[in-house]
Amino acid sequence: MSETKTIGGMREVLERWEPVIGLEVHVQLATASKIFCGCATRYGAPPNSQVCPVCLGYPGTLPVLNARAVELAVVAALALGCEVQPTSVFARKHYFYPDLPKGYQISQYDRPLATAGRLEIVLDDGGRKAIGITRLHLEEDAGKSLHGPDGTRVDFNRCGTPLIEIVSEPDLASPREAYLYLSTLKRNLQYLDVSDCNMEEGSLRCDANVSVRPRGTGELGTKTEVKNVNSFRYVEDALTFEILRQAEALGAGRPVVHETLLWDSVRGEARPMRSKEMSHDYRYFPEPDLEPLAVPATMVEEIRARLPETPAARAERLVKEYGLPEYDAGVLTSTRGMADYFEAVAECLGDPKTFGKVAANWVMGDVLKLANERKLEVTVGGPDGPSPLHPADVAAHIKAVAEGKISRNVAKDLIIEIPSGHMRYGEHAPRVLIQAMESLAHKIEERELVQVSDEAALEAEIEAVLAVHPDEVAAYRGGKEGLIGFFVGQVMRRTKGKANPQLVNEILRRRL
Amino acid sequence: MTPLGKRPTAAAIARRVGAGEITARRPVEEALERASAERLNAFLSLRGERALEEAELVDRRVAAGERLPLAGVPVAVKDNIAVAGVVTTCGSRLLEPYVSPFDATAIARLRDAGAVVIGKTNLDEFAMGSSTENSAFGPTLNPHDPGRVAGGSSGGSAAAVAAGLVPVGLGSETGGSVRQPAAFCGAVGVKPTYGRVSRYGLVAFGSSLDQIGTVATTVEDAARILETIAGSDPRDATTLPGRPGRLADGLDEADPASRIGWPGEFFGEGLDPDIRAACERARDRLAAAGAEIVELSLPHAPYGIAVYYVVAIAEASSNLARYDGVRYGYRAAGADELHAMYERTRAAFGAELKRRIMLGTYVLSAGYYEAFYGKGTVVRARIRGDFETAWERVDAILTPTTPTPAFPVGEKAEDPLAMYLNDVYTVSANLAGIPAVTVPFGRVRPTSERPALPIGVQLMGPARAERRLFELARFLEREAAA
Repeated sequence: MSETKTIGGMREVLERWEPVIGLEVHVQLATASKIFCGCATRYGAPPNSQVCPVCLGYPGTLPVLNARAVELAVVAALALGCEVQPTSVFARKHYFYPDLPKGYQISQYDRPLATAGRLEIVLDDGGRKAIGITRLHLEEDAGKSLHGPDGTRVDFNRCGTPLIEIVSEPDLASPREAYLYLSTLKRNLQYLDVSDCNMEEGSLRCDANVSVRPRGTGELGTKTEVKNVNSFRYVEDALTFEILRQAEALGAGRPVVHETLLWDSVRGEARPMRSKEMSHDYRYFPEPDLEPLAVPATMVEEIRARLPETPAARAERLVKEYGLPEYDAGVLTSTRGMADYFEAVAECLGDPKTFGKVAANWVMGDVLKLANERKLEVTVGGPDGPSPLHPADVAAHIKAVAEGKISRNVAKDLIIEIPSGHMRYGEHAPRVLIQAMESLAHKIEERELVQVSDEAALEAEIEAVLAVHPDEVAAYRGGKEGLIGFFVGQVMRRTKGKANPQLVNEILRRRL
Repeated sequence: MTPLGKRPTAAAIARRVGAGEITARRPVEEALERASAERLNAFLSLRGERALEEAELVDRRVAAGERLPLAGVPVAVKDNIAVAGVVTTCGSRLLEPYVSPFDATAIARLRDAGAVVIGKTNLDEFAMGSSTENSAFGPTLNPHDPGRVAGGSSGGSAAAVAAGLVPVGLGSETGGSVRQPAAFCGAVGVKPTYGRVSRYGLVAFGSSLDQIGTVATTVEDAARILETIAGSDPRDATTLPGRPGRLADGLDEADPASRIGWPGEFFGEGLDPDIRAACERARDRLAAAGAEIVELSLPHAPYGIAVYYVVAIAEASSNLARYDGVRYGYRAAGADELHAMYERTRAAFGAELKRRIMLGTYVLSAGYYEAFYGKGTVVRARIRGDFETAWERVDAILTPTTPTPAFPVGEKAEDPLAMYLNDVYTVSANLAGIPAVTVPFGRVRPTSERPALPIGVQLMGPARAERRLFELARFLEREAAA
């Protein structure tokens, strides 16, 4: 399906038909071990190397709930504004498949961990929309079937990995909204360290319930379930495909059949699943091997108190505290690491209103670029300490520029020389800052990089530049004021970037 | 075969081995010899050399000064309890080739205490049955009359103990599966409080009902084994916290004067008059010793069998889903497609298993769940409530264990309902999660139809009241011998 055709067709269709979309998102919790046994959850291990009698469902084994999984699920539930139920109940969901060792999946059914939440998304026009969360529950993952020409092999490493399933209300009115919901959800959960939400590794999986109805009517149309919408790239494609398909059917007087479709990203279409793959009678009943899950109010409140700010709340605060533009605040809060990093730099600098914007520019620019080049995360708390470098180093450079010791360009060049270190952040932040400043000052002196702010010296350089560019001088005087940048550039080049650009600018204007 | 108590008890063996009078190897070797010669089909497999090696290890531990409460005690273990490195067949073709890679918690605790598992005993397939006739490996015969069943599903362990092959055995209960065969064979049988013994390593049948129980020739031995295997287990989230305390010491010193409930519902139609008479004698002995007999009603008890068969088969249909031929056990040959493999593999289940899987699947199905499983859960809570009310007035309840003594092999094999009714007096304790003990108390009068078969009387008590039940059972044991 070509993109233009999709979007063109979509616009027309949306004038007549209103899509109603709800998403069921499965998120792998970032625990070290599985939900009902001690096996590791590491991704990419050799097949069947992270298994034991419990997760393989050997006769006589029993599940024991991983407390960390519950904690992470409660964190997610609270962050989504859900009501955490004091008692929830695990249930067995039955179906036969070789990668499901017990013949049932331990999930939660009529008494989920949490209900009635909401997630606010920011629409493309800047408007906000709250999407209802119906429920959030805990469950175990199944293994992975690998179908090959010589038969099917099963890898049980993933079996028993803790998941939360987050079911939204049918509040999403377009594929775009579904995309925004999913990406906001992903960002928030990553932000909370609930999950790495890595779609390629299957840490975030999405099924969609879709129906359409004529605009202006209140009744819901027959829905279909589109499974396997497991990449951000496909969310909009798959939903668009299905909405168009349903609208076309209804427009031609054909009914929409209630069925489950499987999204095929290669062929760009959703096909009905064969009946054997379709939903079964799952014969849910309460899991007798696990007591009902009690989450006491004290635990909920404890977790709530430790809950980090949501990205949205933090962005709002960054705007207020540091006087940042909303755009900058949005970029900085796109990951928790970046926001933490920014605040660490700002803390070193003090005076948030003065240094906020300049610190933001550095973090979004130089620091992020450096991290990308070195294939590192922007974070204050990585395994090797802050990365790509210590926030105090960034602050030292910003200070040096602000104090006129070096130019912005020199600072840019110097900072990339700093290797990614192995320092811990936080313990001696003030001392680290002093060290960073001392080391920078030493470097500036040693390499004679001190910014030239001496007017007489700069005037001499400027005279030299003007003397060799008479044509440009004439053009400038003839009204081409944009040439000022050219002259500044020439002066900077002659001074190897050491000239104070503001002063150069000032003198140039006066001189010309 | 020499039935009953003629051989040394577990307590005596442990005492002698612990004191260095005999080696642990000796009782284990003797038990292995008897077991390999037995004709009751009580054992499905024997551990031979490995049991002897373990016995020698016990001897080294004793020599090193360790105090082992069950030093050298040979134990028979029902073949639905996992013992590492040994086949765990569950009496089924589906697990015939399955070797467990781990020990059940109960097994690990027995071994720590110096006991030696000598072999695995016969059972109804996956513990589903009341006669051991549902075993894929043939029925276990009653040591008192080889024409009769040993009861079930723990028929192998009960027969092995009653025949004197071993002093003690482990069985499992979902609805009377230790007590009924113990009563049929004339042994002491214990169903502990739900959660008292870890189910880790017990192959699941009806998970909310399942519990490992003990069979022994004496109350003291049964209590000693339970004391060893009981206690919370991090591998089983449904175990009760803590340990039960001393269950076997000083039972003789206890005063039997207590309040004993006599529930009318357990003495109605279908009860063999000789068994009724035995219960009345037990009641009168207790009264004579100062106990107060309180007539009471457990009004929902008559629904026990119906509720039990809804709950147990529902859970069974779920628990048996894993036997699909994919990972372990038996896989039917020749299937070229997944569903064909499932169907052919699972066709190897016996008729009773298929019946229960189908019924269990049905009662959990959409549209039927509320009417069956939902309703079953409600009535189960009422049955539990009846007992809660009773405990306000009594300390224990005295009833028959079974409506009849052991029946002839084949008599009920084609009549599932008649077979199910065998558990009419035992299932209440499983549904309520409370402990119960059966103790041999006399025999039926011999007639041309039947020899003097043993009778069991049952004592039920409140959750965690195992100690009190053992004291009362010990009293009845003494009275029966008198």
